[in-house]
Parts: sequence; C-alpha cells; structure tokens
Amino acid sequence: MSQVHIKTKINGDNIEFLCDPEETLLDILRDKLHLTGTKEGCGTGDCGACSITLDGKLVCSCLVLGAEADNSDISTIEGMSNGEKLHPLQQKFLDHAALQCGVCTPGILVAAKSLLEKNPDPTESEVRYWLAGNLCRCTGYDKIIKAVLDAAKEMRS
Amino acid sequence: MSPLDNTYEKQFKVIGTRPPRPDGIEKVTGKAQYGADLYVPDMLYAKILRSPHPHAKIISIDTSEAEKLDGVKAVVTSKDFSKFSDNKPSDTLVNCIAHEKALYDGHCVAAVAALSNTIAKSALKLINVEYEILPHVTDVDEAMKTDSPIVNKGYVLENVPKGFSENVTSYYEFGHGDLDNGFNNADLIVERTFKTEAAHQGYIEPHACLASMTPDGKADLWCCTQGHYNVRALCADIMGMESSQLRVTPSEIGGGFGGKTTIFIEPIALALSLKSGKPVKLVMTRDEVFKATGPTVSSSMDVKIGMTKDGIITAGEANLRYQGGAFPNGTVEMGAQSAFAAYDLKAVRTKGWNVLTNRPKQAAYRAPGAPQAIYAVESVVDELCQKLNLDPLEIRIKNAAKKGTKSSYGPTFDDIGLIATLEAAKKHPHYLAPLEENQGRGLSCGFWFNFGGDTCVTLNVNFDGTIGVTEGNPDIGGSRASISQMAAEELGISYDKVRTIIADTNSLGHNEVTDGSRVTFAVGLATIKAARAAIKEMCKRVSLIWGIDEDAVRWENGSAIPAGPNAGQFDPMSIEEIAAMSSQTGGPIAGHHEVNAEGAGVSFGVHLADVEVDKETGSTKVLRYTVFQDAGKAIHPSYVEGQMQGGAVQGIGWALNEEYIYGEDGRLQNAGFLDYRIPVASDLPMIEPVILEIPNPGHPYGVRGVGETSIVPPLAAINNAVSRATNIRFSELPLSPPKVLSSLKKEINDG
Repeated sequence: MSQVHIKTKINGDNIEFLCDPEETLLDILRDKLHLTGTKEGCGTGDCGACSITLDGKLVCSCLVLGAEADNSDISTIEGMSNGEKLHPLQQKFLDHAALQCGVCTPGILVAAKSLLEKNPDPTESEVRYWLAGNLCRCTGYDKIIKAVLDAAKEMRS
Repeated sequence: MSPLDNTYEKQFKVIGTRPPRPDGIEKVTGKAQYGADLYVPDMLYAKILRSPHPHAKIISIDTSEAEKLDGVKAVVTSKDFSKFSDNKPSDTLVNCIAHEKALYDGHCVAAVAALSNTIAKSALKLINVEYEILPHVTDVDEAMKTDSPIVNKGYVLENVPKGFSENVTSYYEFGHGDLDNGFNNADLIVERTFKTEAAHQGYIEPHACLASMTPDGKADLWCCTQGHYNVRALCADIMGMESSQLRVTPSEIGGGFGGKTTIFIEPIALALSLKSGKPVKLVMTRDEVFKATGPTVSSSMDVKIGMTKDGIITAGEANLRYQGGAFPNGTVEMGAQSAFAAYDLKAVRTKGWNVLTNRPKQAAYRAPGAPQAIYAVESVVDELCQKLNLDPLEIRIKNAAKKGTKSSYGPTFDDIGLIATLEAAKKHPHYLAPLEENQGRGLSCGFWFNFGGDTCVTLNVNFDGTIGVTEGNPDIGGSRASISQMAAEELGISYDKVRTIIADTNSLGHNEVTDGSRVTFAVGLATIKAARAAIKEMCKRVSLIWGIDEDAVRWENGSAIPAGPNAGQFDPMSIEEIAAMSSQTGGPIAGHHEVNAEGAGVSFGVHLADVEVDKETGSTKVLRYTVFQDAGKAIHPSYVEGQMQGGAVQGIGWALNEEYIYGEDGRLQNAGFLDYRIPVASDLPMIEPVILEIPNPGHPYGVRGVGETSIVPPLAAINNAVSRATNIRFSELPLSPPKVLSSLKKEINDG
C-alpha cells in the first residue's frame, strides 16, 4: 500500500512525513519522528497519555490518523517549555511533587495547559472534570490538582 | 547506641525536606525514556499472537505463511525455546509462551518480528493455530470442587487437605489460642462470607522491552521493570545463558505497583532477536496488559469474630480461598498472615487455600494478599461495633496490637505505630465531622510486613567533592531523591551535591526487586552505610595528611576535623579539599555497602472514608478521605504523602469499580480502561495524608517502608462507609452501582 505524504507544523517547526494510511498520529510522532514524550497508555482514547493539541484542540493522538494531520498545527510536550525556561505548569508539577512515575505527566501537562488557555481561573471541580480523561495511577490526583490550581494562580498574576 | 548506630534522635538537615527530584525536569519535558521510548538502528518491531480460548490443547501451529510475508524477519513459538525440549520449562516460561496447552484467554502462542508494527500485525493473521478446546474454570469456589476441570496438573503440595480438586495446590495455617473457648466468651459473634474480584495494577505504561541477542550467547535487554536483576535471572534461566552475558538496563518505569516484578515478554523479544539477528522491540497493547500480565488474586473468604459487649475481641477466625490463575502462588499465605495483624488476640486462626483457574498468573499488587483478608476482617469488626453500639475507633484502640503482642502470624511485634496512628485518627477533625442523610463514615486498619533484602550501593566521592550514588533499584516514586537526601545527610553536605543513578545489572551486585516497600528502607540503609565507609576512608586520608592517628580525625558537617588530643591543632578539611587531594593520598575514594537488609519494620495505617450513596443509581461518591500512616521517618515527605494518597486511591478503585469480568466463555470481558474503570480525577476529593513517625529500630534514621500499606484499608473503609450509609451490610467487592442498587431495591422490596 502506498504511503501518504503529510505536511505539518509541530511545535513551530515545519515537519513532513510519509505514513501508512492506517498509522495513527501517535505512531508517527513516536516511531517516525521519535517525539517520545507523547506516550501510549491504551491506544483507545481512554487514558490521555497521548494528549496533544491539533490546531489548538486537545486530542488523543492515538485516535487521530497520521494522514488526518495534513496542514495542521501540532503541539506536543516537547514544545511546552521555552528553551531552558519551564512552563509554569511544569515548574509547579515539580514544586508540588505532582508526579511519581511520570508517564502520564506529559499528557496531563498538555491537557492542563489547554484548560488554562480557555479558563485561566478554574475551580477545583473544573480542573478535576477537565482532567477526567487523563488517567494517573500513582498520585491519586491530589498533588496534580493542587499543582494546576497553583500554576493557574501564578499565570494570572 | 544500638548495634545499628541509630541516629534518629538527631536534628536532621536534609531529611524531612522536600527538594526537587533529580529526574523531574526530564519527566515534565517528555525527555525521560520509558520502556517503549528507545529506538536503535536496524530495529525490528514485534507482536504476539494470543490464545482466544481460556483452556485449549494446541494441536499445531503453522507459521509458514507468516514467515513468507514481506518484511517479516522471525517467527517464534514454544519450539524455539530449548527448555521445553529439555523438559525443564519454568512456570515463568510457560506463562510467557504456551507449549502444549493455552491456559487462559490471552496466553501467548507465537510471536513475530518485522520491519514495522503494521507488517507484524498483518503477519499474526497468517499464523494458523489448531486448538482442541478444553473445559475451563475461572471462579475460585468452582475450581475447588472435585468435579472441576483441572487447569494444570502436578502442583498439589503434600499438606493440602483432601476433598478438593487438583486445582487446590497449597494450604497454609496460622494462629494461636483456644478458638472454641474464645467464641464461648463472646457476647456476639458475626460470621460472613466475602468475595473480591481480581484487580489490575493499572500502571499507565504497558510492558515494553528492546532486546538484542547475538549467536555467541550475549545479550542486552532494555525494559521497564521493578527489578532488572530478577529479569536477568529469569531470562538467563529461560534462554540458557550465564548471568554475566545478559546485561539488563532498566528504563524509566511508568508505574508498577508489583505488576512489573516479573517478566511476560522479555524472553520472547530475546528469542526473536536471536532468530532474526537484529534488535527487537516488543511493546504490549493495553488489551494484552489486562489479559496476559499479572492481576491480583480474586478471593472467597469466611470470617468469624466474637466480641464481648464492652468491645473485647475474644476470638477471630478466617478461611481464605484465593485463585491466582493457572500457576501456583503464595499470595494466600500472606493473606492468612496479615488478616488479624492489627489485633492483640488470645485466640486466632487463619487458613488459606491457593487455587488454580484459567486466568493469567497473578503478580504482586501493593501488599499482595493483605487487602482482601483485611477487608473481610475489618468489615466484620465494624459490623460487630455497629451491632453492639460501640465506637469503631475506640474498639480498635482497645484491641490494637502493640510492642510485645504475639502477632496472629507468629512473631512478636517490636515498636509499632498502630496505637499512635489510631489515636491520631481519633483526634482528627474528620472523625467527628457531621454527616448528612445517605452518607456514611467507614474506617479500617491496614498492615503490611515490609521487606529488606539483598541490596548494593556504591557511593563515589568525585574529585570535586561531589557525590555519585549508584544503586540498583528502579525508582517508582521518587526514591532517587530520598536516597540522595540520605547520602547528603550522612555526609553533611547539601542535597544538590549528590546525584543518584540506577545502574544496569553489570554495574553492581544483585539487588532485590523494587518491592516490599523496601527501597527507601534497604537502599537507604545501604547508602548510609556506604557514606559511613567513605567518611572512614576520608578521615584516614586526612590523618595521613596531618600525620595523626586515624582515630583522632572526626567527621562533622561535611569536613574532617582533628579531635581528641589534636583538637584545634589543624583547620578542618572539607570534602572538596579531601577529594581534590585523593589522587595523592591513595587514589579515588568510594564507599560501598552490600547487605541482605533485615529489620524492615512492619507498617500500619488507618483510613477514614466518608461516602454518599445515591439511592436512585446505586452510585457512591467519596466525599472525604484521610490517611494516617506510620512512616517511621519520612525522608521526603511529599513522596511519602504520594504513596499514601496513591495507594488509597487504588484501594478506592478496587472497592468501588475495578474488577475482572469473565464471561461464560472464559474470556475477559473488560480488557480496557473504558470498561475496567480506574478512578479518574473527577471521582475523588483531596486525599489528606497524616504522617506519623514512630522510628523503626531497624534503620539508622528510623525509616519504615510506606509504599504498600496504603492500599490495604480502603476496601473495608469504603465497604463500612457504604454499609453504614445504606444500613445494608455488603460483602462483595466492588461496590459498583448496579450491585449497590440491586441490594437497595431488595431491601425496599423486603420491607
């Protein structure tokens, strides 16, 4: 089967790739582009570990085909910090010990950033419901929620 | 001073602070490399073909069409493992790849390595397996019956009582005292049968490895594991290799909780690599993780407890039946040992039977065996308290195990923090906070043995006076931070001067798996001892420089100082100065410690849970949750809290939603996160952690393991809360909405 030629912008860079029609965008990010910060936890859109933004919308990259990404603007965890300068969410996750194993962390950070762009002053409940699609098995979410609320506060000031 | 030279009374400078973890930035920027994140040149991608039948004889496997597919480089079946032809396959190997029989839905029967995942998947469809389907059994009670299908022959131990099927493989018994007399002295006896379903550890990272094996018998293996030395031992045995020729490097690990203490895919990747002559990467799908890794046991349990009307427990008895899949395991032994551990009892007896079923081989999950047994015991204790109108917390304090208690499983307890933990719960505002209609409060004690085990640490003093700690235990919850803290504390230097790394199998001696809540205890102990060895050497070097006795040099705040008759004679020499001169004073300086660590110190916790039950839907909402746990000494309190919160939430999930559901056909019905529902952020309140510090005499700083105990109490705490909220005593987990709703409806119909 012939491959499809796709042109995208990923974390601000123009990136082109060839993909099999059935390959997911997650497979492309990881296996072709080696952007392995985006994780595969389930492959069925249930865990959120592969969260990215596609043209500004938060999506599970395991549910998007690589071929669908043509002419799109993609942001992944690798694009979150500005050089050496961590995004406030990243810093607050460290300050609050909001990660243990850390494998869900990239997806949660991408999702939380997307929340704060829409709602800079979320309540605890709003954070909890926004992140309900991102599974974390280590922390019980407590410190994650606190880190997101604290980052939101800092970003507002 | 005790023989261990404990210093837990001293004022700590680094211990108890909350510095950033050394692997933090990598993990928030996506740079950290987990099992599936490594790519090497010329690498192949592997996929596994799994049995769709719970129990079937494998008549034949035809791989010829798959081998012909363009891009396929190797196909393996059990025939590719010489241990089968030698007739010496270990259970671990048979679990990794089926030989004559498929023993559960999802059992591996063949595997393919190809140029891409797409090709490997296509190749699986071309493998033709002929099965003869056999009768199966997945329920523990059914499997014990004499007319049950036999899952796996030849495992029955001699002491197993008669009257069961051959699926009952082992039997355990613990306890002391006169049970009949105890029950005769009770004013009230409650006896109930409980059931719990299997839960999965639910780590977000599926198992993954990358193997490269050469025909001369050497191999390199990269994998996510809780214990790469164990991976090496198991794989070397399966592949007929010498340990020295197999180097295992642990990746960052995306959760384990006990489920990554053994192997499932690594030998398959090694065999594919050997056959293809190329590196092979093998990553499980989530469906495979549920079907073919190691969930917990499921259980069926009878508990009988007698109590006087003023709340003294007069006798306790528990009969535990655990199934752990198609191979024997000892989990029920730990259940039988831990069931009544929180109590000081005159008469107690526990018995346990292990049972085989056509399910995947169970693996450890935080405090394996304890949550089930303690759930049953703590539910009965709560029912007794409710019926006798007694305060459940007071009654636990009244009957609590303490220093000097002969435990229900034999040993006599040393310093334990149970009463202090219960007292903390009693004093906490949560305990007396008002409840509204349809709300209930439950509490439960929890217990875990904790473990030490084989441990090696090397602590290198670099020429600039900074410290490199090399340890061999994968970091699953921030242990690199706590190990660095202990090294810094002992040396009297700051945390940022230390970097701790986890070495591969060829860089250190054997290290027991990251399990048994052992790492901060045992690796910490070895790190402290290694630091002391380095200090001794540094004092010796300084004595040479100063020309005084070695004994006359003392270590204080990161420097050597002259002591005794030489006090004040020389300016202190800092670690930087000593390190800078080390080449001239005898060579590089390092401290080592190798030990089979003992004295881990048991751990107790108490949980308080408030829930509200929606009587229209049967759904339970956790409103408030507080965890009280004795940490001995919290090295990095944030990560201690994290263990307490994370374990509690896993237990809440087990209590409310999580379960393995097998159909009549013996197939797993819910092998995905949509249908196997672990708690999500919106299900939960904040989980308040209260750390108690009752020093463990077995560790220089008083550390006790904290990783496992926290999953134990939630099962009963939630069960008791729901039972009190609804005034119905539940005895089966999970308390999923349909189950609770049907009990509520029955209660209404029964009037």
